[in-house]
Amino acid sequence: MEGKFIKIGKNRVTADEFVAEGHSFCTGCGEALALRLACKALGRDVIIANATGCIEICTSPLPVTSWRVPWIHTLFENTAATASGIEAGLKILMKKGKMPERDIKCVAVAGDGGTSDIGIQALSGAFERKHDFLYLCFDNEAYMNTGIQRSSATPYGASTTTAPAGKLSIGQTTWKKNMPEIAVAHNIPYVATACPSYPFDLMNKVKKGGEVKGPAYVHIFSPCPTGWRYATDLAIEIGRLAVETGIFPLYEVENGRYKLNVDRPNLKPVEEYLKTQGRFRHLLDEEIAKIQEHVDEEYAKLKAKAACFAA
Amino acid sequence: MSKRVGLEASHAAAEAARMADVDVIAAYPITPQTHIPERLAEMVADGELNAAYIPVESEHSALSACLGSAAVGARTFTATAGQGLELMHEVVYVASSMRYPMVMTVCNRALSAPLSVWGDHSDAMAVRDTGWIQVFCQNSQEAFDMTLWAFRVGEDSRVLFPVMVHFDGFNLSHVTEPVILPEQKEVDRFLPRFQYPFALDPDNPMTHGAFGPPDIYSEAKIAQEVALRKSKAVIIQGFEEFGDIFGRYYHPVEPYGIQGAKTLLLTMGSFSETAKIAIDTKKDKRESVGLINLRLWRPFPFEELRQAVKDAETLIVFDRCISFGGPGGPVSSEIRSALCNEEERPKVVSFIGGLGGRDMSVKDFEYVIDRGREIVEKGSKELFETVGIRGKVTGIRG
Repeated sequence: MEGKFIKIGKNRVTADEFVAEGHSFCTGCGEALALRLACKALGRDVIIANATGCIEICTSPLPVTSWRVPWIHTLFENTAATASGIEAGLKILMKKGKMPERDIKCVAVAGDGGTSDIGIQALSGAFERKHDFLYLCFDNEAYMNTGIQRSSATPYGASTTTAPAGKLSIGQTTWKKNMPEIAVAHNIPYVATACPSYPFDLMNKVKKGGEVKGPAYVHIFSPCPTGWRYATDLAIEIGRLAVETGIFPLYEVENGRYKLNVDRPNLKPVEEYLKTQGRFRHLLDEEIAKIQEHVDEEYAKLKAKAACFAA
Repeated sequence: MSKRVGLEASHAAAEAARMADVDVIAAYPITPQTHIPERLAEMVADGELNAAYIPVESEHSALSACLGSAAVGARTFTATAGQGLELMHEVVYVASSMRYPMVMTVCNRALSAPLSVWGDHSDAMAVRDTGWIQVFCQNSQEAFDMTLWAFRVGEDSRVLFPVMVHFDGFNLSHVTEPVILPEQKEVDRFLPRFQYPFALDPDNPMTHGAFGPPDIYSEAKIAQEVALRKSKAVIIQGFEEFGDIFGRYYHPVEPYGIQGAKTLLLTMGSFSETAKIAIDTKKDKRESVGLINLRLWRPFPFEELRQAVKDAETLIVFDRCISFGGPGGPVSSEIRSALCNEEERPKVVSFIGGLGGRDMSVKDFEYVIDRGREIVEKGSKELFETVGIRGKVTGIRG
């Protein structure tokens, strides 16, 4: 079954594509790239449950499909519950001898709205019940599929269609919900953040999340040229800046132990990241200073947690 | 040997799920359904049933988990009631539209507000058009029988639809009655192993639940409608096979003493048994009355119904649900539309009662029959009348 591999430095990546060409993602979509990499890391022996959203819409218009692995979409907010049923179903069918024993990973895929807003109850339930599944949240920081409406994952100061910047508003007035920390609070064995600008880190984390026994959560930063308003060739650069400014730190939490994967001695100023995108264009210096202060504080907290577990 | 035991309908349904050797149960507790998941959880805990019991955090997730387990080919069961069915409402449509066989017991319960844990058919009527095969039970034996039958029919490769088995909350769910339990080998003969032909499988990747653009959605929905209607042949075949093995024969429309009867009463669920006593009482007084127990609700048994009522002068339909601002009780308006183009047809009278656990006595049904006949004789402008409700309700005009 094993196909060809491509060698990039020390890394071997399968040449197989599990999300076929012909999909309808926007040009330069960071999420499409992240999905492609994640699927390469997971391989063939998966069943993917996909929430309603960009990925679902861009890969599955009847009568065609981009999916070369078994895939199911049912609704928006129930993906973790559907995954629960798949995982429990496979396990019991194998236990009862109705299906040959084999390792099939159940993977749930959803956007930030499907995860941190409407799907959080089903996700919390599935984490708590300790289903053996991997949940991938592709975070493009708003409801992009329906036209850039704010979600609880939209960052402070971003302008969206339902929290627009205006004479009396800076746009989003709340801080981004910390979904990875919410996952950690469920005491699941593996939580990580990833970004397609760091492709091997992303693939390693998805692979690790897939191999872990029990629930795993990988939160994937997914730059969106359409919603964030940047040129279509900038996704990688913007992802890198998000990490280098500390806005989206790359870390993993294995059995409660924190580890920062990319830790620069000096973070770049958040302004370098904010100025690349139209959604932050209206922000004045005082707001940028406020964001800087918040990012510094959050990053320090994260570093302190990682320090607790440093060798 | 089969055995005769005392079981409440909830435990009878759970026992049927056990004998069907279900693989996955995903359920969230809600009164008056609780005895079903409790009993199943107990069976799993005691090793009497080898199944995955998923204690989900809501009914929405209960049915969503059922979608997942059915999609990989597991025999799947759930149960709910009232608000629970409403919370899972959007998932109910998806289960049938994605053609996932599974069985759901609904212990019929009234809908809030005001909150009521007691029985009526408001929950069932709210999911009337969701594309599930739906049957109603009169007693605990039927709760067992219909559950077993539901797996057999829904899983048939000519059908592949989920099946909802309705029985009345408390009036049935919590009432212990004699139930004949068959031997396991008889159940195995009736119910073959489930082989879902489109199971999600990495060796044969399939896409389930792709979205339907306007150039394909209509055809997909019409195909679903045609398939549901065609399932009636298998539904009837399933009733016959069930009867041949277990000795109890069921029908989509079940007449009781209708031969030559001028006035017919139509009921669904456990109240049919009370109504039968009212029919007996009236027959003792030589009144020309009979009863129709409507068992199969979806797909609607048009032919069987027309055949059963064609010689009657009056058909009184009793509903346990209000269609607010509509043409009468939901069952009565369906019956009217089923008969409206028939040349020979009875006059249809609509009654609503038994809401939110309000009991209907034999005397209440006698009143319904008497008043129904009077309405036909004297005429009435009311779209429906009520029974067992304090005060006189008038002015319900079309």
